[in-house]
Amino acid sequence: MSEHHVVPLKVYLGVFLALCVLTVVTVAVTGYDFGPFNLIVALGVAITKATLVVLYFMHARYSPKLTGVVIASSIAFFVILVFLTLTDYVSRPWPLTAAG
Amino acid sequence: MSETTTAHHPALQHQFTDLRQQKEAVTLGMWVFIAQEVLFFGGLFAAYAVYRSMYPAAFSAGSHHLSWKIGFANTLVLIGSSLTMAMAVHFAAIGMKRRVVGFLLATVLLGSVFLGVKYFEYGDKIRPCLGDGPYTGCLVPGERFDAAALHLEGAEGGHAQIYFSLYFGMTGLHALHMIIGIPIILGIAFLAGRGAYSPEYHSPVELVGLYWHFVDIIWIFLFPLLYLIGAH
Repeated sequence: MSEHHVVPLKVYLGVFLALCVLTVVTVAVTGYDFGPFNLIVALGVAITKATLVVLYFMHARYSPKLTGVVIASSIAFFVILVFLTLTDYVSRPWPLTAAG
Repeated sequence: MSETTTAHHPALQHQFTDLRQQKEAVTLGMWVFIAQEVLFFGGLFAAYAVYRSMYPAAFSAGSHHLSWKIGFANTLVLIGSSLTMAMAVHFAAIGMKRRVVGFLLATVLLGSVFLGVKYFEYGDKIRPCLGDGPYTGCLVPGERFDAAALHLEGAEGGHAQIYFSLYFGMTGLHALHMIIGIPIILGIAFLAGRGAYSPEYHSPVELVGLYWHFVDIIWIFLFPLLYLIGAH
């Protein structure tokens, strides 16, 4: 990408407004009970907000490919950490007893 | 090659060919630091995922005791501080010094408002635990924890203590990042005011911006996970 990529202020204001709207959305949806989907909806909104921040406020969209590799590997290792931990815990009896 | 001009830029460190290479290197370094930070917080998020899946009722009860209105307002404050930080970086890239300083100070102000609100939120949970009792409303995990305030009894009360351990741990680590970030922003604002940065060289402003936005992203996840569990 170009050395002096200056993002127009309009983009920042647009992202800010989108983040505000999504914050209202994430609160508003708690008025409805989607059962097990409550968490999925909440995380979906949060991931959308985080993506906007990374792409525009943090300029990832205008950064070299190597930055994208670091971001992707960061997410990948986070998913490994949480997902593999959960597979272990949910597949064992709980609470753990001293008798074993 | 334009080495004759760029090589003499006072900000150019000798191991780099030119300012562009230096900028790419330091920016990548910051991203690697942030990737490490994701895993630093990741341990707490993993613990949260495990315990929430085990004790959904206690987590819901704990979450309902927090004020979503305060969390909501603080989320907007923090998003606002990310906007002012993005503006500071923007004006640094086009060399408008006074606006860089102004927006950096606005970011510090909004960050301080966030921490001030957090101070009162913590106070409400910690104050009842002090003194000789009866500790009504004490929400610090431990002997004085008041499970009755959450309408819980027996083992559920213990599970709620796990929720509040994670609440204090996760929001505390987040707040610590802000407490570290604020003096760094102030230092960079001071240097910006003295004319240390230019459109060619303003990496410190960009890097502290990346850090601040990362801290914002952590809160974007903490808010729904801690304040908004279950239907309200």
